[in-house]
Amino acid sequence: MTSGRKLRILVAKPGLDGHDRGAKILARAYRDAGFEVIYSGLHQTPEQIVQAALQEDVDLIGLSCLSGAHMYLFPRVIDLLKESKAEDITVIGGGIIPMDDIPKLKKAGIKEVFLPGGSLKDMVDWAKANVEPCRYGERKE
Amino acid sequence: MEGSVEQKPERMERFSTVSDVEVKRIYTPEDVKDLDFARDIGYPGTFPFTRGCQPSMYRGREWTFRMFSGMGSAADTNKRWHLLLGQGETGLSTAFDFPTLMGYDSDCPRARGECGKCGVAIDTLTDFEILTDSIPLDGVTTSMTINPPAPVLWAMYLAVAEKNGIDWDKIGGTIQNDMLKEFIAQKTLMLPPEPSIRLISDTVEFGTKYVPRWNTISISGYHIREAGSTAVQELAFTLADGIAYVQDVLERKKLDVDSFAPRLSFFFNSHLDFFEEIAKFRAARRMWAKIMRYRFKAEDPRSWWMRFHTQTAGCSLVAQQPYNNVIRTTAEALAAVMGGTQSLHTNSLDETLALPSEFAVTIALRTQQIIADEIGVANTIDPMAGSYFVESLTNEIEERAWEYINRIDEMGGMLAAIERGFPQREIADAAYHYQQQIEGGEKVVIGVNKYSTGEQVYPPLLQMSEELEEEQIARMIEVKRTRDSRKALQSLNALRAACKTDKNMMPYVLEAVKAYATEQEICDVWRDMFGEYRESSVHL
Amino acid sequence: MGLAKRILQGDVRATARLLREVEEELPGAIDELKVLYPHTGRSHVVGITGAPGSGKSTLIDVLIDAYRRENKTVGVIAIDPSSPFSGGAILGDRIRMQRHATDEGVFIRSLATRGWHGGLSKAAANVIHIMDAMGRDVILVETVGVGQAEVDIMNFAHTSLVALVPGTGDWVQTLKAGILEIADIFVINKADKQGVNEVEVELQAMLQMGAYSADAWKPRILLTEAINNKGIDDVMEAIRQHRESLIASGRYEAHLRERSRLELFEVLKSSLMDRVFRMASEDDYVEKLIDDLASRRVDPYSAASEVLKRIVREGKF
Repeated sequence: MTSGRKLRILVAKPGLDGHDRGAKILARAYRDAGFEVIYSGLHQTPEQIVQAALQEDVDLIGLSCLSGAHMYLFPRVIDLLKESKAEDITVIGGGIIPMDDIPKLKKAGIKEVFLPGGSLKDMVDWAKANVEPCRYGERKE
Repeated sequence: MEGSVEQKPERMERFSTVSDVEVKRIYTPEDVKDLDFARDIGYPGTFPFTRGCQPSMYRGREWTFRMFSGMGSAADTNKRWHLLLGQGETGLSTAFDFPTLMGYDSDCPRARGECGKCGVAIDTLTDFEILTDSIPLDGVTTSMTINPPAPVLWAMYLAVAEKNGIDWDKIGGTIQNDMLKEFIAQKTLMLPPEPSIRLISDTVEFGTKYVPRWNTISISGYHIREAGSTAVQELAFTLADGIAYVQDVLERKKLDVDSFAPRLSFFFNSHLDFFEEIAKFRAARRMWAKIMRYRFKAEDPRSWWMRFHTQTAGCSLVAQQPYNNVIRTTAEALAAVMGGTQSLHTNSLDETLALPSEFAVTIALRTQQIIADEIGVANTIDPMAGSYFVESLTNEIEERAWEYINRIDEMGGMLAAIERGFPQREIADAAYHYQQQIEGGEKVVIGVNKYSTGEQVYPPLLQMSEELEEEQIARMIEVKRTRDSRKALQSLNALRAACKTDKNMMPYVLEAVKAYATEQEICDVWRDMFGEYRESSVHL
Repeated sequence: MGLAKRILQGDVRATARLLREVEEELPGAIDELKVLYPHTGRSHVVGITGAPGSGKSTLIDVLIDAYRRENKTVGVIAIDPSSPFSGGAILGDRIRMQRHATDEGVFIRSLATRGWHGGLSKAAANVIHIMDAMGRDVILVETVGVGQAEVDIMNFAHTSLVALVPGTGDWVQTLKAGILEIADIFVINKADKQGVNEVEVELQAMLQMGAYSADAWKPRILLTEAINNKGIDDVMEAIRQHRESLIASGRYEAHLRERSRLELFEVLKSSLMDRVFRMASEDDYVEKLIDDLASRRVDPYSAASEVLKRIVREGKF
């Protein structure tokens, strides 16, 4: 991280999917990398996730969904961020996601998709390389 | 003995099972010197049942090939069920979509995007009638993976049987109906713990009286393992859950233990470590037999049996080089069979990417059939008995599991332990530890941290219709339009009134289901009367 | 720019942005805080601390409900410990309160204990000021209660509430000294469990040992079952009465003054040290002084005196 400032990350579980093993492990990995992680808990609506992201001034949102409902839920989060003029918050996704859906999600604004079997180190390194803490006065409003 | 084994340097500093239990270079009679054949191993069908519940096991009857399946609409699922039965499956198992699992209808805003995605969408009895179309309910047993709304789905099954003129004493099956593990691991949550347990006791009591061949609860370790626990934790927490349920039924319903215990069933995971899993299954049977006989003073030997279904470990599959998953599933299935499971589901190779395609699910089914008919492991009962390694491992797993159970007892039982977050934290720690072992290369995942190729070759995946959600909602609206609304409303009011008493809820759920009340309408009554469960903490 | 203006209008994003940047004491952020300061001092601040397992988060969740039913706006600051190894943190207190996430009348912010430039208590004070200026009738501050900074935070609050649960009487011993002494309200949660009486008795014994003047607030002991919404009205009432008693007795003003004093001294301390660190990085003056100190050519007091004189001479602040 260039400025030595801590990244703030929201790890969220949208929808009804209750599989939180991956989300919790990722939260720990981010913490061990020195980031501050806000964990949303299960069964969040996209609205709840976006409001939490805004209030917590996060730099990155990680969405985890293993129920197959990602094609509705992930883009919905992006749409709501746009509505709140917060599309500068980076959003990544993970879970059970068919390969064919990945380009569609990226087109909708999901910066990167991580699949089962991915390494935690890669996810942490990705965040370090691709996400900047907001800079005072420089963020698009 | 040690001197006679040449001291060659070994590949690793430490060899351990998937659960990180240390494995020695070699096992000898020394490791099992305290083993007593009659006390610890014995014969299948006799206490402590280490070798199996029934005397003839697979020599008499193979395990049931029971493939967990459900997708999209009831019609889609019915089609897949007929396909599987046609391909030699011998038992049915139902996967529901998340709205159904959580007690929501397909038109609920929270269900948006989830309808039919990971299982079948069931809103009303009409859907269930379509689901079971042309399925001989008196000829095949059906398992339903459903938890908070289990009474509703079971009532639908009973109602369909009734409509088809089949007596309830002729039908058999299982409802998972195990809320304790939901709080610990699977997290399909609806009501707070107390009323959840009450509903479970109601179903157990109802089944005992009216549906004698039905397993009203499947005390599960599968999901605990999927959440990242070790084999010992899976075993210990499952048994502790079982203890809690038995205690509750005894206290709340004042039933005699032998009247319901024979119908308790279990559900375990079969993970990658071949011998660890076999040892786990054997230890499980031995421990439950002792718990039922000595702790709960059951007298009927059938109460001492631990009958279980097994599913190969979903969490062991990877998305990279998916065809490799067939081998993983095969090894896991083999362990389950050598561990004496009563029924088995084998995962499909593409399940890390989507719901199983016909191609993939057929291979998964054939895996079981080849093991049953070609490999020879079903020719004799408990073939691993007497192995120094396996007997030693069985003992070790049992010992460690008792330690956990004692700790949980000291905390005041499983409910108290859950409230403190004890099992949740143990699982989260184990999950993180395992992940770190993989990241560090200590544990290998072929295709991921070894022999990874970076190329992406995927089989054709199952495609689901885009209009699914719309169609399902339309179907439900039509049912609501054409039903006798007054009757539906009356049945819901009667259910609501029953909530204030301690009457058994099943008859009221049956009435509501037959009046075509929707699943959510029924569950909303419970939410209203008992409150909703809210996750309290992250337990990390 | 113009964050302060937007915050005064209740803008969520601007508030969130400034909350973060003021902790890092970026110069621009401090300027915004200066604009906001005149608009602070209106919220009632309730500090809540409690043992793990006391159901503190559930309690806060239902208190939020109760305040919202009274049409009051609520700010929540949930403080969780940072990892001493990595400096990172998992902030999970929101989980319990997430159902309020989409309520505009509720603003929830998670803070980690470490890494705050000026110290946690100063960070918390600034966070409280900003939420105050944003327009929150009540600000609930949730802490774990085992650090000195947290004692300071509880001191900063108008009303201090400590949550206990039956069966954890010995936790009381682990609580940082100072928190129990300043608690205004004790809530024994999960009061349906065994051991309620023991906790109550132990608390009462402890309270007898304190001396209270005639018009002083006698700490209340309340029983609740937060998860069943029982006893919450009593808690709300106690908070209300405490606030009224503060105002009536004039202690509200005294408290405000005391807080202001503490805040000034905190800011002075860290501003001074900032200046010293800046000086140390500009040239080797400080390093030379340290050499002199180590070789006993000068003593610490004279050395400090020299540094102070140089600061005053340079006049740069």
